[in-house]
Amino acid sequence: MSEAIEFLPPRPAVLSRRAAIIADLADLLPPECLVHEARELVPFETDAFVSYRRLPLAVALPKTTAQVAAVMKYCHRYGVPVVPRGAGTSLSGGAIPQEDAVVLGLSKMSRILEVDYANRTATVQAGVTNLSISEAVGIDGFFYAPDPSSQLACTIGGNIGMNSGGAHCLKYGVTTNNLLGVKMVLVDGSVIELGGKHLDAAGYDLLGLVCGSEGQLGIVTEAVVRLIAKPEGARPVLFGFETSEEAGACVADIIGSGIIPVAIEFMDKPAIEICEAFAQAGYPLDVGALLIVEVEGSDAEMDAMLKNIVEIAGRHGVKTVRESQSATEAALIWKGRKSAFGATGRIADYICMDGTVPLGKLSYVLNRTSEIIDRFGLRVANVFHAGDGNMHPLILFNANDPEDAAKAEEAGNEILKLCVDAGGCLTGEHGVGIEKRDLMRHQYSDADLRQQMAVRSAFDEGWILNPSKVFPLDGRT
Amino acid sequence: MQTSFTPAQLADPHVAESEKILRRCVHCGFCTATCPTYVTLGNELDSPRGRIYLIKDMLENGRPADEEVVTHVDRCLSCLSCVTTCPSGVDYMHLVDHARIHIENTYRRPLMDRLIRGTLAAVLPYPRRFRAALMLAKLGRPFAPLMKRVSALKPFGAMLELAPSSISGASDAAIPGTRPPETKRRGRVAILSGCAQPVLDPGINEATLRLLARLGIEVVVPEGEGCCGALVHHMGREEQALDFARRNVDVWIREIAKGGKDSGFDAIIITASGCGTTIKDYGHMLRLDPEYADKAKKVSSLAKDITEYLSTLDLPKQEPKKLNVAYHSACSMQHGQKITMAPKNLLKAAGFTVRDPAEGHLCCGSAGTYNILQPEISAQLKARKVRNIEATKADVIATGNIGCITQIASGTAIPILHTVELLDWAYGGPKPAKLAAK
Repeated sequence: MSEAIEFLPPRPAVLSRRAAIIADLADLLPPECLVHEARELVPFETDAFVSYRRLPLAVALPKTTAQVAAVMKYCHRYGVPVVPRGAGTSLSGGAIPQEDAVVLGLSKMSRILEVDYANRTATVQAGVTNLSISEAVGIDGFFYAPDPSSQLACTIGGNIGMNSGGAHCLKYGVTTNNLLGVKMVLVDGSVIELGGKHLDAAGYDLLGLVCGSEGQLGIVTEAVVRLIAKPEGARPVLFGFETSEEAGACVADIIGSGIIPVAIEFMDKPAIEICEAFAQAGYPLDVGALLIVEVEGSDAEMDAMLKNIVEIAGRHGVKTVRESQSATEAALIWKGRKSAFGATGRIADYICMDGTVPLGKLSYVLNRTSEIIDRFGLRVANVFHAGDGNMHPLILFNANDPEDAAKAEEAGNEILKLCVDAGGCLTGEHGVGIEKRDLMRHQYSDADLRQQMAVRSAFDEGWILNPSKVFPLDGRT
Repeated sequence: MQTSFTPAQLADPHVAESEKILRRCVHCGFCTATCPTYVTLGNELDSPRGRIYLIKDMLENGRPADEEVVTHVDRCLSCLSCVTTCPSGVDYMHLVDHARIHIENTYRRPLMDRLIRGTLAAVLPYPRRFRAALMLAKLGRPFAPLMKRVSALKPFGAMLELAPSSISGASDAAIPGTRPPETKRRGRVAILSGCAQPVLDPGINEATLRLLARLGIEVVVPEGEGCCGALVHHMGREEQALDFARRNVDVWIREIAKGGKDSGFDAIIITASGCGTTIKDYGHMLRLDPEYADKAKKVSSLAKDITEYLSTLDLPKQEPKKLNVAYHSACSMQHGQKITMAPKNLLKAAGFTVRDPAEGHLCCGSAGTYNILQPEISAQLKARKVRNIEATKADVIATGNIGCITQIASGTAIPILHTVELLDWAYGGPKPAKLAAK
């Protein structure tokens, strides 16, 4: 287990009352909604950022907003930290608990409450998985646009916490652009509603503030999300290049010429090999870098846009252009891409970076990334949302070798600093979590951070909500 | 994922294998989404990732199994939906097998649990005992509702309810011997008669024998074969399971050797996909047995689901029939053996209109003895499955596993048949009795 990032020391007053806290929670929840046996707490000690682990004090799995409110009110009263958890797929450790914390899991709140096509909205409980929204409305020709690669499993509550993105966000925007309202339990157990089925609400844009607040401002229990009509057709096209530089330059040129495809995804050679081995999607194995460009619309619209893109790619020495020939093939192309991280597990352990850079700097950052990786004697696979400049270097290492693990973390930190120095930011969609917390000073001045923390304190004065995350431990106000 | 085992622990080949499996898992959580018990219960402890973590913790610490681990591993259906989903290729099947053996060897279950498991293991794999037990169950059926009200007796209640109302006698299809083809011989296969299936529904293998004979396939029903071992294997009773496996390996190897080179088999045909998954795993189950390792591997490589084998025979396309078939893919078919298209393609070619129920990846709750041992979760999954199937407005349900047939039939009025029964009918056999009204 890695140790470089510290958690807050547990509050002795909470630890010493453990038995009483569990007994009190048992009064607030049905028996199947509370986990407290030592053995059963172990699977909740981490999420998909598995290098860090901390056992929680207990796990609450409420079924209703009222139960969430009751737990929150209790924890607020006794100063017990609360760590919210959706599906536990965070790559930045957003759902990793701490010894004195109650994990508040929303996995039992997984119903779609209402679909309203006239207003193009779905009202869902926070534990609904991202993909199940699109599955529920797909038959009627609608979908929910943000599509994190983990969309099969990740929950809408988690997506709101991290303001998640995904491959198709190039055209449709990230979670915050597709979220219309939430029901949220505040730290003291009171329940508020922000937004609704309308585009904007009177007063401050608190919904915008809540989206991406990493579970530190309250617990979202329901959400109203935007539904979008499915396009007439969609076609992913594979563009293979000799080098990453050519592919990177091509992306900048496509966007710069005013074309917005639905998605532009990038894979370097190691990533192509990993994904092809898993999905057999027909990715070309004889190229150095691959772009998956998806266009959508009527056949005429797709043809016209593709013609322009092919022309631009030609100027950057594209080697292979391959259109998907069927819906099955298109599905395989996306399956390979969306399983890239997990499929990497077939060859090594990894940590996944999430820095975002200006498009003009893609090639530069890719090159510097390889230099950093080489210097540490590690390996890297790059697979990311190129159209957004949202990079995901997967740093490969051996988790059973502590030295290797430490090197991977150090290399990751250098890469993220590189992204910031190139004019970008630490996180495009995964959130700060625990992983990037101590790099926040590299991104923000003290004054910037003080203001953010002041906002946080306005919602949660005692800092009990997901307290070890986002803000560096020293210099907290 | 990081693991911590000592070299001494890793000297045990089972632990060494589990360690390798655990190292593959990157804890991404994708598996939770397609796990029937997680979808039903919403608790990570009842998801593949949660179980993997519980098993890892138990094995790393070299602990005997305890009530908590047992509860959550017992709730696993072994449907292997997670294995289909997992992008990292985690071999959950063999990990949970190991956990079940560890549980069986180190945990003392409560008395009623021991009693019911002991009964199942002593009865189900043996057709004569099973038939006798079903006769008794018929008498006991009125007591089922009563038993279901007492927690410890629930499995008995579930068992009584599942027992069919009419019980067929011993089937001719299971009598050992060679069935000559009706036309020019174009293949030779062995067929597994199995244990529970010939008692519950002898019509399945009868249809298989008729169809294969018409297609020019010589079929051998070998003397002495029996239960494949899956039922006890899933209870962690490994020695008993391996004994079943060895016996079947002996029988098939003997049959292959009998007539020299030309009398080998093109395939060992299996008509219950639950058994198919296990027989295809004999090579792995017996890998540590020097006397059997190679023979078992050979048997596994010959094992074919009936639809897998029929797909190699190029059956002619038939005139369309006015019959909508909801195809239910058994978990052991789609996840265990990765056979997804073959049965549907055969049905389509035979003239049926095939419909795919929604949430086809989710288990119907049958899962071997699961519907007896975990009646509540099983009932919820059955209701969900039936809802999805009935939404297709199909005339008939087709599937490839006797467990699913029994389970789903107990929840819907739509007739359910084995795929091969529909194929036999489409290619000149008698119309299945269950379709008399259609």
